[in-house]
Amino acid sequence: MDYSQFLAMKQEIAILIVFLLVFIYDTFMPRSSQKGLPVFTTILMLAATAFGIAGSFCSCCSAATEAFAGMYETSAVIIAIKNILNIGMVIVLIQSIKWANGELMIMRRGEFYELLLVTLFGMYLMISARHFLVFVIGLDCASLPLAAMVAFDKNRYESHEAAVKYMLTAVFSSAIFMMGLSFVYALSGSLYFSKIYVALASEHSTMLIVALAFVISGVGFKLSLVPFHLWTADVYQGAPTSVTSYLSVISKGAAAFAFMVILSQVFGICYSQVWEWMLYALIVLTITIGNLFAIRQRNMKRFLAFSSISQAGYIMLGIIAYNALGVAAMMFYILVYIFSNLAAFGVIGAIENATGKVSMDDYRGLYRTNPRLAFTMMLAMFSLAGIPPFAGFFSKFFIFTAALQGASPAIYVLVLIALINTIISLYYYLLVVKAMFISEEQCVIPTFRSSCGERIGMWISLAGVMLLGLVSCIYSYLIITAANSNIATFFIR
Amino acid sequence: MFSNILIYFVVIPLLMLGALFLCRNIKQIRAVAVVGSIGLIALSVYLLVQYLALRAAGATAPMLFCDSWTWFEPLNIHLAVGVDGISIAMILLSSIIVFAGSFASWTIAQPKEFFLWLILLSTGVFGFFISIDLFTMFMFYEVALIPMYLLIGVWGSGNKNYSAMKLTLMLMGGSAFLMLGLIGIYYHSAPEGSQLTWNLLEIVNNNAIPHGWQQFLFPMTFVGFGVLGAMFPFHTWSPDGHASAPTAVSMLHAGVLMKLGGYGCFRVAIYTMPQAAHELSWIFLILTGISVVYGAFCACVKTDLKYINAYSSVSHCGLVLFAILMLNTTAMTGAIMQMLSHGLMTALFFALIGMIYGRTHTREITKMGGLMQIMPYLSVCYVIAGMASLGLPGLSGFVAEMSIFVGSFQAGMADFLGGNGSLRLVFTLVACCSIVITAVYILRVVGKLLFGPVQDDHHRSLTDATWWERLSTVTLILCVAAIGCFPNFFSDLIKFTFSPDIFAVLGMN
Repeated sequence: MDYSQFLAMKQEIAILIVFLLVFIYDTFMPRSSQKGLPVFTTILMLAATAFGIAGSFCSCCSAATEAFAGMYETSAVIIAIKNILNIGMVIVLIQSIKWANGELMIMRRGEFYELLLVTLFGMYLMISARHFLVFVIGLDCASLPLAAMVAFDKNRYESHEAAVKYMLTAVFSSAIFMMGLSFVYALSGSLYFSKIYVALASEHSTMLIVALAFVISGVGFKLSLVPFHLWTADVYQGAPTSVTSYLSVISKGAAAFAFMVILSQVFGICYSQVWEWMLYALIVLTITIGNLFAIRQRNMKRFLAFSSISQAGYIMLGIIAYNALGVAAMMFYILVYIFSNLAAFGVIGAIENATGKVSMDDYRGLYRTNPRLAFTMMLAMFSLAGIPPFAGFFSKFFIFTAALQGASPAIYVLVLIALINTIISLYYYLLVVKAMFISEEQCVIPTFRSSCGERIGMWISLAGVMLLGLVSCIYSYLIITAANSNIATFFIR
Repeated sequence: MFSNILIYFVVIPLLMLGALFLCRNIKQIRAVAVVGSIGLIALSVYLLVQYLALRAAGATAPMLFCDSWTWFEPLNIHLAVGVDGISIAMILLSSIIVFAGSFASWTIAQPKEFFLWLILLSTGVFGFFISIDLFTMFMFYEVALIPMYLLIGVWGSGNKNYSAMKLTLMLMGGSAFLMLGLIGIYYHSAPEGSQLTWNLLEIVNNNAIPHGWQQFLFPMTFVGFGVLGAMFPFHTWSPDGHASAPTAVSMLHAGVLMKLGGYGCFRVAIYTMPQAAHELSWIFLILTGISVVYGAFCACVKTDLKYINAYSSVSHCGLVLFAILMLNTTAMTGAIMQMLSHGLMTALFFALIGMIYGRTHTREITKMGGLMQIMPYLSVCYVIAGMASLGLPGLSGFVAEMSIFVGSFQAGMADFLGGNGSLRLVFTLVACCSIVITAVYILRVVGKLLFGPVQDDHHRSLTDATWWERLSTVTLILCVAAIGCFPNFFSDLIKFTFSPDIFAVLGMN
């Protein structure tokens, strides 16, 4: 075996090194210095992120490479999406420092970070896998530890309930996914993406449709697309806020990209016959139902759960676009979504840590007691709703532009539905703004100063929300990378 | 980048925003607002002079001061700027109203936040008028819309939560259609095989949008902008929104923001898709014709001053869209004049209503009366605004409505005699009725509010206008009179836009 193949997995190895160092620190450092673990992990993760970003500038590292007999692949696009996830991970870590140093976490701090890093590693495998065996290892690696993390607040009943729900859906969706895989294997005789792609070219049986339906619903659970979304709200509400923010951005972003890879590189040949229409229906349902349910939520975490369901629908527009522009727009959307959602979760987490309140009604008049928090929340909401000059506007505009490139009238209708849904979403995002800025009731949240980590996290996400759209180089880079990558060669209608 | 004069129309408001962040007390905030808005007026006058000088020297390009800086290169998005006579007229209007609006909100509560949002709104407005790149234009358009929510929600009065939400959602709903239309235009902006573009001038030159697509994209863009232009049946945000908004916001919104709608309809929808405009104009003629008459009738029965004025805005802005759809030089000139005239006089109206409301604490005309005896200055201003609104010669309304109806009548007669149906003619006659109805509701208000007996004895002790109020109103009245007395100057300014190629495409007169 050629061990130099492992060099292709630079980012995975970086994560593994971080994992090992955290493990060693957790195991061997004396009790007195355990409080330094969160900061230690954050700095290591920052280093890994910097390493990954540096790698994307170096042409030899970012060249498309295959390893392990084609089971694993990396390229500039894949490095870029991993960097995006890394950046999100850093912000999540920074925001969770205070929570991780809390009373309840003393014994379990190490476990939290170790599990978190393992899931990230699993997501990397999902993104890079070109063989379904590797993919399934990645998928389970990414979902099962999350169940333990959801249950981390062991003194809270909701946390347990959420963990059980998450566990059951994760296992169930894996099972469905593998059922689909077995059909695919029966049709094509291989689990290599490239071989299945070729084998499906002459395949028009009903079994293919069934197989696709199983595969799509398996990943759909992970992405919480409607109608596979029922676990989302309860899990988001029950999980500790740091875990919720991780679930809603990193986990979703990775799954969305992996979904795109599977649909284009495995089933690309049957785009217009089979899965375009499945995805079409899923997008319409996801965006609309996510939005309509979000309107009624009063708990901020449930509220953002439904908002993130509908955001996943917008991300899917990048897949249905089925072109290089769509890949770039999707990655940009994920990046912007990470920043905007983490800004919102940063505020929610800060308020929850300080006062324990998570209801929208408690936020009334927040502007008078905590103007900066209210302002951050407002910008996050505007960005999620797609209001210029914040980054969300640009990501929405670009994903619509990508979806409409060379589009059929049906896609125009889809985009119109999505656009009308942005108005519904604007309504409920404005409800939060209204509660904070306009409602005249006495604020139940007193003036408080959030911890240093929370503030840094919010500043970073706020800077992203303000600048990501206006600074054009990131999106331009993503377009050029996507257009030159081998993913672009799969888009044949 | 900073060698182009136009970019300063965005830079100055941005500097004002930065300065407002640093302000510590109300005096500094006022200073920033006044200095900034005077700077904007000076800049727009300077731009006007430069523009006229260039034209006099024989510049024949459709847009002057054009410049373009690459933004998102792979999508060919630029920050492209350029102006013609119409944009300059709109920029002048905006800077005057921002100036007057700053004085009208001299004593507002929470001034720092208020001016921050107000200036953000005007950044969007100026950015919209100077852009000729569809993406940038759309971005500035939405920047101008969203501050309204907080401005009405926080500083408004009455049923403000409902109105703010309704206004924001309806306008954003319009921009949803608009976004689809604009992306559609982009993908058909150039002939097969050449580089797609967002630049308006290039799109017009290419004239490549296929006929079938025009039929779909024209309604999208026209409705998108038409919502902001208060086109029936999408006008319902206007009365509620304007009635709840604080004074300066009503001024800016009715005076400038609604013009974004009319300007966009002309500049984007009709400019880029003239064939579809020609074929589909009948649908929108009917809708805007209804706005004109319906708005005027509604104004006749309302008793709240702001509602009356808001409905009168629906009627007048309907007239703008109506005239644009006539696709004829005279009517279009009239439409631009009407935008200027309506912008100024409605801002004047809202300023006066705000001042009266600030004193009497009511806007019901049944509860007030005889204000002429109590506050003669404000009452005289009100009469002048009313006269401008009902089209008294010598004030701006007359010139505008005159050219609109003459132009519409020409277009209608041409259609009728050419055997193309009598729709335009009929709707011109219908719209003409609005002149009479306007006179009815203006005179009704003037009669009840200003003359007659004093309804409430508490009102006798009220004071007349303060110096900042006088400054605000005098500025606006002078402008209204200037348009009325020197209409040729303005029609010459905007004439050049209508002569070139786009009308040749249609063989229009």
